[in-house]
Amino acid sequence: MVQSHISTLKQLFQQEFSKMVAVISNLFGLQHIEIAEDIVSETFLAATESWAKKGIPENPAAWLYVVAKQKTLYHFRRNKIYEKKVIPELSLRQDNVAQPGEPDFSLGNIRDSQLQMMFAVCNPAIASEAQMGLALRILCGFGIEEIAAAFLTGKETINKRLFRAKEKLRSEKISMEMPPENELTGRLDNVLHIIYLLFNEGYYSRTQDRILRKELCVEAMRLGFMLCEDVRTNLPKTNALLALMCFHASRFDARLTNEESPVLYEDQDELLWDQELINRGLHFLELSASGEEISSYHLEARIAYWHCIKEDTPDKWQEILQLYNQLLCINYSPGAALNRTFALYKADGKKVALAEAEKLGLEGNHFFHLLLGELYDGMDNRKALANLRKAYDLAQNQDEKLVIEKKIALIV
Amino acid sequence: MKDFALIFRQPSYDYSNASPQEMQDLTKKWQDWIGSIAAQGKLKGNPVRLVQEGKVLKAGGVVTDGPFVEIRERLGSLIIVKAADLDEATTLAHGCPALDANGSVEIRQVFS
Repeated sequence: MVQSHISTLKQLFQQEFSKMVAVISNLFGLQHIEIAEDIVSETFLAATESWAKKGIPENPAAWLYVVAKQKTLYHFRRNKIYEKKVIPELSLRQDNVAQPGEPDFSLGNIRDSQLQMMFAVCNPAIASEAQMGLALRILCGFGIEEIAAAFLTGKETINKRLFRAKEKLRSEKISMEMPPENELTGRLDNVLHIIYLLFNEGYYSRTQDRILRKELCVEAMRLGFMLCEDVRTNLPKTNALLALMCFHASRFDARLTNEESPVLYEDQDELLWDQELINRGLHFLELSASGEEISSYHLEARIAYWHCIKEDTPDKWQEILQLYNQLLCINYSPGAALNRTFALYKADGKKVALAEAEKLGLEGNHFFHLLLGELYDGMDNRKALANLRKAYDLAQNQDEKLVIEKKIALIV
Repeated sequence: MKDFALIFRQPSYDYSNASPQEMQDLTKKWQDWIGSIAAQGKLKGNPVRLVQEGKVLKAGGVVTDGPFVEIRERLGSLIIVKAADLDEATTLAHGCPALDANGSVEIRQVFS
């Protein structure tokens, strides 16, 4: 009981953190983002103390907004600096504010502020790793400890990264506003890319913490949904990215039923696939099919869709192969090259795929040797074994080594 | 790494009578071949694909419509690949579906 109480509070704070920081930052300007963070943290502290005594109020979010409003106003009046620094800016920025220094926690302003914050944080001026950290902190309300765990690094490192990222916000004079219309799709690409990276960080995470991994995926999807709710950012590629995330996320539980190690695709129980999410993915996939642009998200979403159909048919693999062909033309990656070759094997057989695999030039990549091991199996067992052993030596973790060991045992 | 243009030419062919299956097979051949180059990380930019119909302007302001019956091999399309030298670029050109249709691939380095 106590545990669930804490987890809901944690969820509430996490959700409200990003909203409140966005709204207050919008008021003070992005260069004072730390003040917004401090005010929100103080508000949570006040909530925890008050609610422990009096119980959780009926509308906890409204309670938080009232207190945050008071604290903001107090902060505003107490510090003479703001009269000099912020008020001149304010008069330029918001002339419709009822009272100077009063944050507007209306639904519309929360949404606008969050969207503007997304574009500010996902500004190409900030280095990508810092950007992910800043996104997790400011857009998703993650604690420093959680961010450190997600990146398998120390709190100190994350603090430094966030500090540098915020410095960058200031030095680059990044402001909270929607990019002008002619820059919007280009800037949206950055936002989508960060969401994509956040999702992948959760889905293919290096960390073993399952709850954290799932939360990363859920947060990435939440940010994607937010973009779909605004007509300016609800573009076909946004829908395509959401479709991609829905399809992948549908297999989240099936992949991780085993506590020890990820469950391989072939061994997954498709009854554990989340049909609801697959349907949502299909909905977004349909929405994405308009306009001229075929983004890599479109192609990856369609590949992910095919993987939601467990049954192997020649058509399935031909389609997947063609999608990888297209994907590689716009966006080469070693992973896509390996997957393309695997699809070629499934579609046209081992011989064709082997000839192609040998051209990839990915020696030293353990998935490459794993693929060669699989392709040579039954064609040239000596080479199959040599490649599997190489893959074993190169594999990064115990789970992967275990899978390779099993394959070796089957050939020997 | 240098950039090379692979320029495909093949005899004019009337595809209007080709069966859907034939067209599908042909598309697959091209996509697999280009996909193979892309999978080696050696494709630069997107392939330039040309529509069948077009016009030819000649000296004296003479304009002719396609199909270019007088041209034995019409320009089909072109791609840019990355390769260490002309030999490697030529190796990449092997397997090009234009060759199956009695066409040719011209390999030319692009000025950098």
